[in-house]
Amino acid sequence: MAHSHDHHNGGHVHHHGDHPHTYSQDPSAHNARMQSDDAYREGAVKQVEHDLDYYQVRMMALMNVLREKGLLTTDEMRRAVEEIYGQSPAIGSRIIARAWVDEGFKERLLADADAACGEMGVDTTGINRVVALENTDTTRYMVVCTLCSCYPRQILGQPPTWYKSFPYRSKAVTDPRGTLKDMGFDAPDDVELIVIDSNADCRYLIIPQRPAGTEDWTEAQLFQLVTRDSMIGVGDPLTPEQLEEAVQASGQAT
Amino acid sequence: MEETTFRVGDRVRIKEMYPDGHHRTTYFVKGKTGVVNRYFGKYKNPENLAYGGDGLPLRELYWVEFDINDLWDHEAGKKQDKLYIEIYEHWLEPV
Repeated sequence: MAHSHDHHNGGHVHHHGDHPHTYSQDPSAHNARMQSDDAYREGAVKQVEHDLDYYQVRMMALMNVLREKGLLTTDEMRRAVEEIYGQSPAIGSRIIARAWVDEGFKERLLADADAACGEMGVDTTGINRVVALENTDTTRYMVVCTLCSCYPRQILGQPPTWYKSFPYRSKAVTDPRGTLKDMGFDAPDDVELIVIDSNADCRYLIIPQRPAGTEDWTEAQLFQLVTRDSMIGVGDPLTPEQLEEAVQASGQAT
Repeated sequence: MEETTFRVGDRVRIKEMYPDGHHRTTYFVKGKTGVVNRYFGKYKNPENLAYGGDGLPLRELYWVEFDINDLWDHEAGKKQDKLYIEIYEHWLEPV
């Protein structure tokens, strides 16, 4: 495929406007506010259900037309959907963990990312060109597609909702440091922050910095530290402490 | 080495064109001056592909680097902050 034109929500965007909260000591005002909140929530849920129905029906109609015209079979469509859902950020995490432990691999990844992905058994033929960029102490990259939602799906899976949102797409290029701050990350003042607008044929993979305290970690251990956001450039990988906390939290949950 | 229209290090201006229809040059770099910092190779022209064409002739694709503060009237970042964007040859003119 030459180009992924993924324009979402085309002409079907709903805006609910402001929903101001007024605070009052008066219990009747409080009750009125609660009722209005309930009504608001109910309306919002109805809207989401309507949207889901709308897209579901439109998608099924399109699939039926494709089937009837003999352009695609049910099985081909099922396999395509399964392939999309089979893509996940774990593919990228595997590549980053390898780059952290194998300097030669990292050099090849930076020089020719498609070939390096191929070495790892990751097929990037759906992407015209994969470009890997390495964060350092002095340079940090962050990726945005201001035009739509171009994203290295074969490596990172489907893009997160915020990546496709207008606020991220506009603020990332007009106030990148503020954007990172919104997402809970402070870029150091002296670092060179490079915003990559993924607007054409390339898809980008950020190689985040290997966390401190992982010098004797194996590739499989390091894999667990690589977050999706760190490969988009809007955050750092987990620290060993954060991973430990996450493991304990999930242990308590089960 | 492949002969290319522009070389790494060249100062270039993004043409201020507003053609009807699909193109991948974002409005906020039009008319702005930046520096070529990488050549990616030749790719099909999306302005033709978008309408079912074959995308030929292939177009040279460059990475153009801007100081992010040169793109906006407000202070968008620190003085060292940059924006890199992919631009096809027919949108570039030498400065």
